[in-house]
Amino acid sequence: METLPDGAWLPITFAALMAISMLAYAILDGADLGVGIWLRSTPDEATRDRMIASIGPFWDANETWLVLGVGILLTAFPKAHGVVLTALYIPVFLMLFSLILRGVAFEFRAKAPPAQKLRWDMAFQGGSILAAFCQGWMLGEYILGFEPGWQTFAFGMLTGVFVVAGYALIGGAWLVWRCEHDLQQMATRWARRALYATWIGVVVVSAVTPLVSPRIFDRWFSFPEIFGLGTIPLASGALFLLLHIFLRRYPRPDHSLDWVPFVATAAIFALCVQGLAYSFWPYVVPDRLTIFEAASAPESLIVILVGAVAVLPLIGVYTFLIWRIFGGKAQELKYY
Amino acid sequence: MDAIMLARMQFAANISFHILFPTITIALGWVLLFFKLRFDATKEASWMEAYRFWVKVFALSFALGVVSGVTMSFQFGTNWPGYMERVGNIAGPLLAYEVITAFFLEASFLAVMLFGYGRVPNWAHTAATVLVAGGTTFSAFWILALNSWMQTPAGFEMRDGVAFVTDWAAVIFNPSFPYRLAHKLLASGLTVAFLVAGLSAWRWLRGDRAPGVERALKTGVILGAILIPIQIFAGDAHGLNTLEHQPQKVAAMEAIWETESRAALRLFAWPDEAARTNRYVIEIPTLASWILTHSADGTIRGLNEFEGNHPPVAPVFFAFRIMVGLGMLMLLVSWFGVWTLRRRGVTPWLARLLIPMTFSGWVATLAGWYVTEIGRQPWLVSGILRTADAAGPVPATTIFASLTGYILLYAGLLLAYILTLMYLARRPDAPEPEQVGGQDPLNPAPAE
Repeated sequence: METLPDGAWLPITFAALMAISMLAYAILDGADLGVGIWLRSTPDEATRDRMIASIGPFWDANETWLVLGVGILLTAFPKAHGVVLTALYIPVFLMLFSLILRGVAFEFRAKAPPAQKLRWDMAFQGGSILAAFCQGWMLGEYILGFEPGWQTFAFGMLTGVFVVAGYALIGGAWLVWRCEHDLQQMATRWARRALYATWIGVVVVSAVTPLVSPRIFDRWFSFPEIFGLGTIPLASGALFLLLHIFLRRYPRPDHSLDWVPFVATAAIFALCVQGLAYSFWPYVVPDRLTIFEAASAPESLIVILVGAVAVLPLIGVYTFLIWRIFGGKAQELKYY
Repeated sequence: MDAIMLARMQFAANISFHILFPTITIALGWVLLFFKLRFDATKEASWMEAYRFWVKVFALSFALGVVSGVTMSFQFGTNWPGYMERVGNIAGPLLAYEVITAFFLEASFLAVMLFGYGRVPNWAHTAATVLVAGGTTFSAFWILALNSWMQTPAGFEMRDGVAFVTDWAAVIFNPSFPYRLAHKLLASGLTVAFLVAGLSAWRWLRGDRAPGVERALKTGVILGAILIPIQIFAGDAHGLNTLEHQPQKVAAMEAIWETESRAALRLFAWPDEAARTNRYVIEIPTLASWILTHSADGTIRGLNEFEGNHPPVAPVFFAFRIMVGLGMLMLLVSWFGVWTLRRRGVTPWLARLLIPMTFSGWVATLAGWYVTEIGRQPWLVSGILRTADAAGPVPATTIFASLTGYILLYAGLLLAYILTLMYLARRPDAPEPEQVGGQDPLNPAPAE
């Protein structure tokens, strides 16, 4: 264990909060984007309405995790914020463009004249796919340390496709959980298709990351750490197997286990974030800027932390309330 | 055009588009609460009709505000990395508090407000409306604290070119904050008053005489008539505060090139930046001194005292006149409206007068923001950080491409927004939507 600078617990806490926010975003809004990815896989308007209804009450709060994540980067690690976001200028722009399109399509498709509804469905799906792709692209650029050149770009394109697959998986798993009958059956098929693409993606990224960075290679392939670390790939392998088996068995006679694919996928996402966090620690900009170098003044971090500690339980309470009120199988969603 | 100008245009485009929607949701949340409370008290279905229509407008405006707001939080980094590097210790916590105290609150309870009726007891639905309205107002509180701090920084010290907080209360309640917050909240109220009145007038004139439409129209007119004199008073106080802390901005607002006493109020002029003088002036003698110093002999410092350190004059000068002119028009229209309503109720004449005022609040709000934001130039944070020094390394061509993309998207969305409002207003009131579980929407059974 390397020695840590004084007062290191503050940047560490914020780095952990940032990772948790990003993970919450990838799971929660990832499912929303995933539902968007599949939206036009069915021509039936009522089914599409049901798919949207399953995420309608949640998407707004889900997207707020992205604002919180980038907000922590902005507020706790201001030096890194500028470096990361100027390096990712184009994918960030495209992602924002598509998130705007997806977000407004929610409202417009429900309120615009019926003739325009199909167009907003296209915007919804297109926005969801492009937003997911750009997030993957950014991930790829980040892993390669924003190294300019065609290799980084190509890797970014590849991770873009993998994240689309991952979101398609969790979106499908969400629909399996929150929907019934034909839609559940369709969603099972979609999730299964996305499962194998996601699996390939996780394997490729896990293989490439240590190959491109000797530092990360040493970190993973050294004794005795490798025994502890080995549990991460083993656990994700087991979860993929579980999904492979489970997704063949829907719809089940009773709905008591409908949540399993979603939770298993969320656990895979969590393991991926854990793996990435371990690989890049203590850097916030790979090989350039550590979280300690990039952190704001401790006084400011304390002020944010006090607020966060006071308010986060409240956020937990009302998130719980909303999930209770809109829990269970998705019902028709109407403005009253 | 250089990269900095393009980055500024991009930020201006984003924030101009963004602010349109919070300006609606901040006050519309409270207006919806008013409709809901009137319904709870009177049980008259027309209040609920009004709620049901305007909650859709709220949802649409909210979504546009959220998505354009997410863009802002990224743009600090993509285009203005110097900003967070220099003043991140102040901007960071203020923005973080906005996210944790306001965003999750609004985003979570919005779902209950929009879709929860019939799933939760009536009181819980009313409570959700309160929480969402409170959330939007909290959000305004934090963001205006930050904006005001950039105008009139206080409670900090500079060490190695980086701002460190010495007193949080002084940072938040910096000299211009109370004035700007009041001015903005009132602007939001007026924007909503004229939007509600105007769109309802349009529905009424097209033959939709449902009692809910008339109720909304009256609410809008009366709200406007109450708020506009308060706004004129608050605006005056804000102006005096600006004169004290940012005299160069006031000099630009009034196009006063040389320090003068008994300064005239320029009703119209064409400020000539090159010659540092005004052309085609129409003015009222000594009135500017009266307004700004409340004395005819008052001296107003001219732009000559701030050479090289003051904003471009023409945009600030014209934007200020547009804002004030619209304020006066609002006063006339809303007071005439109340007078008409008292004597004869809604008349076609009044409706025709209200319709062109529908988006007057938007125009006045944007004009006001242009006055204060362009008026802060060349500084990003007054006296601490110049706009040019905060810009990032992104090349001009890339910014040009993203700027074009944003402008096309925003133009399209603005058009879609206005057309959708018109479509909603035109659509004959849809039959009562079925409630989940088949409950009567006006008399829901309490949730279990």
